[in-house]
Amino acid sequence: MSGVERTYRCRCIVKGSGCGEAIVSREPMCFYLCDPETGTVIEKSHPLQGKSLAGKVLVLQSGKGSSVVQVDGFYQLWVKGKLPAAIIVRETEPVLVSSAVVVDAVMVDRLEADPFDVIRDGDWVEVDADEQLVRVRAAP
Amino acid sequence: MLLTDEEKRMLDGQCGKGIMKAMELLVALGKAFDAERLIPVTRAHVALSGQEGDTYWCGLLADGGARCTVIPTTNPAWDVASLTKRYEVTAEELDLALRTVDVYRRIGAALTFCCTPGLGTNVPAFGEHVAFSESSATPYVNSILGARTNRESSVSALAAAVVGKTPLYGLHLDENRRGQFLIRVEAPLEEPYDWGLLGWYVGRFTGSRVPVLHMPHVGSRPSPESLLYLGAELNTSGAVPMYHIVGITPEAQTLERAFGGSVPEAEFVVTKGDLQEQEDAVSEKGGRINLVMLGCPHYTYAQIREVERLMKGRHVRDGVAFWILTSCDALELASRSGEKERLAELGVDLVADTCIDEPCWKSFEGGLGITDSPKCAYYRERRGQPFVIRRLSGCVEAAVCGEVL
Repeated sequence: MSGVERTYRCRCIVKGSGCGEAIVSREPMCFYLCDPETGTVIEKSHPLQGKSLAGKVLVLQSGKGSSVVQVDGFYQLWVKGKLPAAIIVRETEPVLVSSAVVVDAVMVDRLEADPFDVIRDGDWVEVDADEQLVRVRAAP
Repeated sequence: MLLTDEEKRMLDGQCGKGIMKAMELLVALGKAFDAERLIPVTRAHVALSGQEGDTYWCGLLADGGARCTVIPTTNPAWDVASLTKRYEVTAEELDLALRTVDVYRRIGAALTFCCTPGLGTNVPAFGEHVAFSESSATPYVNSILGARTNRESSVSALAAAVVGKTPLYGLHLDENRRGQFLIRVEAPLEEPYDWGLLGWYVGRFTGSRVPVLHMPHVGSRPSPESLLYLGAELNTSGAVPMYHIVGITPEAQTLERAFGGSVPEAEFVVTKGDLQEQEDAVSEKGGRINLVMLGCPHYTYAQIREVERLMKGRHVRDGVAFWILTSCDALELASRSGEKERLAELGVDLVADTCIDEPCWKSFEGGLGITDSPKCAYYRERRGQPFVIRRLSGCVEAAVCGEVL
């Protein structure tokens, strides 16, 4: 499949566009538990612990944690320029949505295929929230 | 989602950038939950946190020309004027506190700095659609007052206060307010502390479902403080913005009504032993203490009176600070009525406008504290102060002895 580009419809939650290498989190995430200097996940025993989200397209199961810390987590990453380029969410929840709007983090959900089935770590992904399209080029 | 022409103009930026951002947030939430439209809210409470992200959002809206159309009450940050005389804070921490006050003033909030609005400063009526953030206030106004709010964040509640609307989804709709599973409570519940432990225990396995508590042996009506503690802990160990108590809460006059005709998904029993085990699990072991912290959620005037009664004129041990966090109303009343001065002579300090989760308390970090609130312990431990959790009488005895035996 290398080099073949597939396109999926999605739904816009926060407008804009972004592209980058995919990083997949099958677990929910609290962005407060990321190091804002590097974008690295520091939550103990999280599957992405030690990996950076900065500039990548994050495929995310859902959000977790209190509203106060989730909003502040997004804010701190945004100030340091370490937010993901875009976020594709599998199960949307209100605190995650609110946090993304505050800092204009590009966010889509309801990909027409299960994002865990069609996007793997390292794939090149372009998210166009305005056109409600996600393009995926599989890593070689 | 269907938007009116006026709402579309707000979203397009024709009413200013601040209103546009607030509208973007409400529409994003509405889309995420398939809300068909926005509905008016008549009240709001913003869980102002005094953290950078929250203060940034309020400033973004205010600088964009937005002002609140529904006047929201606000959560506490910390009392800069009195606490900086007692404790060290950095210039950055002080600056953030002052900026927070400034942006919330500019957006037109009522600066109540109190986390128990439903008990006095902002009390919705039955059936009223509101936007209340703060994890103890949300279940109180839904469950006890019968008003309707989702589990809002501070940022979504502020957006609702600016626009005067919220998306129609979740707990604004009858079908989502019905009970989903049954908790039979056999444990005795004598004071707010017991209700708090019950909330923590039940919240752990409730997730975000609506629990129905059945406790026929509880004869008299529980106090507002007990009900506040229950909701605060349900929504800290779990994410429970709505619960029912059969025969007590207004949408659960009978077991059948609490479930709205449906059948409980599951049923649990809570015994006295379960709550004792819960206390052992959440609390640190005993030892010497440097801090007694009460008022998470804010203590009421009645609770301040109870502390004075339990102190029996004894003095707090040297080396122990004893703080009661309360509302500005209760502090004023305690000042007029004499409790504030008498308690100060015993070493018990009262302060309004202040939350346990603020940088002004950092000089106690590294030591052991005691509190009657699992929620207080949960938030303080992130900042490096472990807590023993005991009922109020135990906290008072520890204050006098300087240690938890």
